[in-house]
Amino acid sequence: MDFLQPSTMAEALAAKAEHPGAVPIAGGTDVMVEMNFDKHRPPALLDVTRVSELTEWGMDDGRVRLGAGVSYTRIIDELGDRLPGLAMASRTVGSPQIRNRGTVGGNLGAASPAGDAHPALLAADAEIELQSTAGTRVVKAHEFYLGVKRNAARRDELITAIVLTPPSGPQQFCKIGTRNAMVISVAAFGLALHPDRRVVRTGIGSVAPTPRRAYAAEEFLAAELESAGLWESRAELPTALAREFGEKVKAAGAPIDDVRGTAAYRLHSLAVMARRAVTWAWTDYRTARGT
Amino acid sequence: MQLSVNGQSRDLELDNRTTLLDALREHLGLIGSKKGCDHGQCGACTVLLDGRRTNACLVLAVTCAGREVATIEGLAGPDGLHPVQQAFVEHDGFQCGYCTPGQIMSAVGMLEEFERGWPSAVTGEVQPAGLTAPEIRERMSGNLCRCGAYVGILAALTDVASRS
Amino acid sequence: MTTPTQATTPAAARTRTPIGAPGRLENDAKGGVGTSPQRPDGALKVTGEFAYSSDLWMDNMLWGVTLRSPHPFARIRAVDIAAALATPGVVAVLTAADVPGRNVFGLELSDQPVLADDVVRYQGEAVALVAADHPEIARQAAKKIRVDYQVWEPITDARAALGHPTWNRLHDHPAEDVELSRSAAAIHPKGNLVRHLKIRKGDPDEAADVVVRGEYSVGMQDQAFLGPESGLAVPDGEGGVDLYVATQWLHVDQRQICTALGLTPDQVRLTLAGVGGAFGGREDLSMHVHGCMLALHTGKPVKMVYNREESFFGHVHRHPAEMRYEHGATRDGTLVFVNCDIYFDGGAYASSTPAVVGNGGTMGIGPYVVPNVRIDAYGVYTNNPPCGAMRGFGSVQTAFAYEAQMDLLAAELGMDPIDLRVRNAMAEGSVTPHGQTIDSPAPVAELLQRLREMPLPAEPDGADIDLRSLPGGVANSTHGEGVKRGVGYAVTYKNVAFSEGFDDYSTARVQIEAHQGNPLVVVHTAAAEVGQGLVTIEQQICRTELGVENVIVHPKNTDVGSGGSTSASRQTYMTGGAVKLACEAVRDRILTLARDRTDAPLDDAALVDGNIVTPSGAVLMSIADAIGEAVIEETREHHHRPTEEIDPETGQGFAHVQYSFSAHRAVVDVDTELGLLKVVELACVQDVGKALNADAVVGQIQGGSAQGMGLAIMEEIVVKDGKIRNPSFTDYLIPTILDTPPMPIQVLEYADPHAPYGLRGVGEAPTISSGPAVAAAIRQATGLPLTRVPIRPEHITGT
Repeated sequence: MDFLQPSTMAEALAAKAEHPGAVPIAGGTDVMVEMNFDKHRPPALLDVTRVSELTEWGMDDGRVRLGAGVSYTRIIDELGDRLPGLAMASRTVGSPQIRNRGTVGGNLGAASPAGDAHPALLAADAEIELQSTAGTRVVKAHEFYLGVKRNAARRDELITAIVLTPPSGPQQFCKIGTRNAMVISVAAFGLALHPDRRVVRTGIGSVAPTPRRAYAAEEFLAAELESAGLWESRAELPTALAREFGEKVKAAGAPIDDVRGTAAYRLHSLAVMARRAVTWAWTDYRTARGT
Repeated sequence: MQLSVNGQSRDLELDNRTTLLDALREHLGLIGSKKGCDHGQCGACTVLLDGRRTNACLVLAVTCAGREVATIEGLAGPDGLHPVQQAFVEHDGFQCGYCTPGQIMSAVGMLEEFERGWPSAVTGEVQPAGLTAPEIRERMSGNLCRCGAYVGILAALTDVASRS
Repeated sequence: MTTPTQATTPAAARTRTPIGAPGRLENDAKGGVGTSPQRPDGALKVTGEFAYSSDLWMDNMLWGVTLRSPHPFARIRAVDIAAALATPGVVAVLTAADVPGRNVFGLELSDQPVLADDVVRYQGEAVALVAADHPEIARQAAKKIRVDYQVWEPITDARAALGHPTWNRLHDHPAEDVELSRSAAAIHPKGNLVRHLKIRKGDPDEAADVVVRGEYSVGMQDQAFLGPESGLAVPDGEGGVDLYVATQWLHVDQRQICTALGLTPDQVRLTLAGVGGAFGGREDLSMHVHGCMLALHTGKPVKMVYNREESFFGHVHRHPAEMRYEHGATRDGTLVFVNCDIYFDGGAYASSTPAVVGNGGTMGIGPYVVPNVRIDAYGVYTNNPPCGAMRGFGSVQTAFAYEAQMDLLAAELGMDPIDLRVRNAMAEGSVTPHGQTIDSPAPVAELLQRLREMPLPAEPDGADIDLRSLPGGVANSTHGEGVKRGVGYAVTYKNVAFSEGFDDYSTARVQIEAHQGNPLVVVHTAAAEVGQGLVTIEQQICRTELGVENVIVHPKNTDVGSGGSTSASRQTYMTGGAVKLACEAVRDRILTLARDRTDAPLDDAALVDGNIVTPSGAVLMSIADAIGEAVIEETREHHHRPTEEIDPETGQGFAHVQYSFSAHRAVVDVDTELGLLKVVELACVQDVGKALNADAVVGQIQGGSAQGMGLAIMEEIVVKDGKIRNPSFTDYLIPTILDTPPMPIQVLEYADPHAPYGLRGVGEAPTISSGPAVAAAIRQATGLPLTRVPIRPEHITGT
């Protein structure tokens, strides 16, 4: 196995161009598990931890450019105000040890339907920055996940950053696990209210072959909020509306039975999480805590 | 490659697939870090990498060049046990002891992280009023103990936290 | 008591000792029986110096790996090892044909091949071995072994395997006996029944005012010790072998290894390496014979270490159980009858299934007095993973059923569940369903009453949301919505030591000499220290019995007689008792030597604080002076009182040595809409007879409670079509520190007059009563019957 250890972005991109089969490795919390149990023996590994552009975040034209190699711990610590939904999701990742090492870039690279960051990224309308020696392109989160553990990055591209707009409204993230720590999600839900654009965004995890948005639920809720004038009035969210939103989110799932949970439970929990999360988010909106 | 472990630089010749855990255990004879799951799911291999708690089974040794690795073997000083080690003995924080090096390294890292204001999973949700029992539990949730000595571990860390 | 003559191998015969071989444990702790001195291995364990079996090392050693069957049931047509053997770095590839002795082993029945020959009966059964100079080379070479399997459909349902498509014999409706179908084809030559235990007491047709019935099932739990199976086998160059291994019973391992290798006990010497937890999962052989075969074949030391995935296939698990119960009572809540059928799925090989059936059957209705009892308990062969010992075995499963039944009956009668239990509680003098009179204190009612009187944890005030205290934790699934609190109780009893006529004696050798003017004791037993603190207990007993401070614990090995198994809550009782007997013999010899030096009467003299003292406390001489240059050594066996086999038709007999009693109260917050849980508190009251070491006793109760709770709410090896679906710590979940609640514990000490110091075994009972209490609390919070454990979220949500 080749081991490539670039120290600049240019070197990293050149290495990826030369070794398109090389698997990028940052925190190792996904790649190493596969390797330790001989599930996957990549021809080469590309250590991206020494490329500083990947391990930093910064503001660019009012948006957060989050290097793909920034750890979950740092997101919780440094970006809780700018990226609340992602920070909430980051808290539920693995263990303190895993959060110290694991990165959103790794989550995106693995593109597991159970990755904790995905629902938050989808709800926040995140964009994924992909670079290669040929240039840079940006893929919207909802176009990034192509299939089970398949994503939109080409073989010569590196996932270099995630670009997110700080929220204009509240965000929530909920996850179901059968243990109160260190657990892979049975189902997960991300929600962002975007009052500036008057849109609602969602992300659902572990309930379909890929992380995905619940489009119909988003459109339904946005339309109901609009027609009832709730964005302006900030009146209470009708219980029936929250419930129906939950049902519509549930309708977006297409889960399977596996050792972690049944398909029926996953759908049920999705409805409950969505109902609760929208209630919390709306309460935050009403009290302006989330803006 | 060179690996700096417990303040000492060590020369190693390794296959580049070698994990930090295997490098420590099988090439340097530092057997204190344990292999419990090889999955990052038990914490028995916890070491400090540049001061941060890390599962050594999920790190390639070759990526650790130029970084400082701290293991259980480097914890006790010339004057005896580290306060966390002493507290584990006094409060019966273990039975079989297999998870103990990882628990202790995790606890040392945890105490330093707390000292420096690094977040736990609830930071931002709850403003933790010091290292209370729920906060210690949250921050130690990455280390399994099958003997169920958690009550003793909690007592040990509560004791150490109250003294520092 | 006899002094055994155990052949010992001179140390000089052992040419090589691995790095990490255990040394003598000594420390400067003080304190005898009834105190809680620090462990002699404590400092080693907190500094990382304590070597476990996976830490053993010899410079020229080879690494062994095991090739296992991917199929639960198949005929092996052919095995081609050529490609594997040709791999550079590979030194040996062995199959069933290479087993030097009899290709068979087993704890109670010798029914399992060392390496599969002809047929594989479970997924993960060992088929071939590889030794290479690097573990990765060995692993890759093992993949090159070509095994031609004729795959058969596995038999995976325990009742079907016996041809019991319906529940057996419930009242007057015997099971429908069908033609043995494919689903009941014999997995072993003598059929699929390992054991059927029948208990018949009184009249099962006695009329009752109220009858409640329930069917219950328990999933397959794993011991999940954190230190995977491992060991190092070192050939002695003369046809023998030294094995350093983590195990629970060196001598039963030795017996089985000798059979498989065709060697004598003096040629197969075992030393206990550091044990990273056991909980029953190391009672059976794992790498033992395999490592020795490779070592003898190659002439080199061979180390084998399982990884976590292999560990799930490398040891037996807790038996899953299907149970049907029927309880009848009078209107005032007095139990009239209990009828039950219990099926334990033993998997492909027997392991300790007969004993599991024995425990599950004889104690199958819990610590209650019932005049009329019918119990049919079955242990069955299937093609599921083999099941055997795990902490509380046999009793853990039935307690879920009988305690759920007691709650069901209380609800039916409109009685408080504790009152119902107290009304029917066993006491000293009560007779068990198998006809044994309880002849020592049995404080069942007191345990429950004390639990009831313990203060309950505060209710959440609902003012501030603290996710850490809510079901789901920081995963942020509830801010209090749907959360209901439940409180549940359970009580149990469990036999201590081996039962039904088995003489599981322990041996201890105690040596004393004067060292630099002070008496120095070395205690040597073969009893496995697996974390429970037996080494501390051995020191404490020596200190108390011999009036000394300095006690060294000799490494555990087969140079001394059997210590029996570290299981069945028996070691403090059995090996502790042996150490006590050996100390008494040493004391007699010290006093004999002292008589040469004094004319004072010594018949009533005692050994205290390094001196021989009169009953009034006057110092006659120091122990060191009495010993002089002598080295006194005595070896004693400790046999518990004999028990009987039970009658095969009625199940009556004096089957058990001793019982231990524990009760739990669980407080659980349940998100009733999502089915997520937070165990708020787990309180326990247990009678331990006499706490030899109070800290260790409490540690055992905490650990047992956590494991019982784990089975109730999260732990299950999911097996489908005979295959394990979750062999990893990613998907086999055990409680973290966040899942483990505060545990208020009260320890009672009602001495058992038949036991050394009056003690009772401690380790298992809390594993049995904690889970049913947690399940009861969840039932109370949800109002659901919840008849299967582990309780999964979908059981609560109904999805």
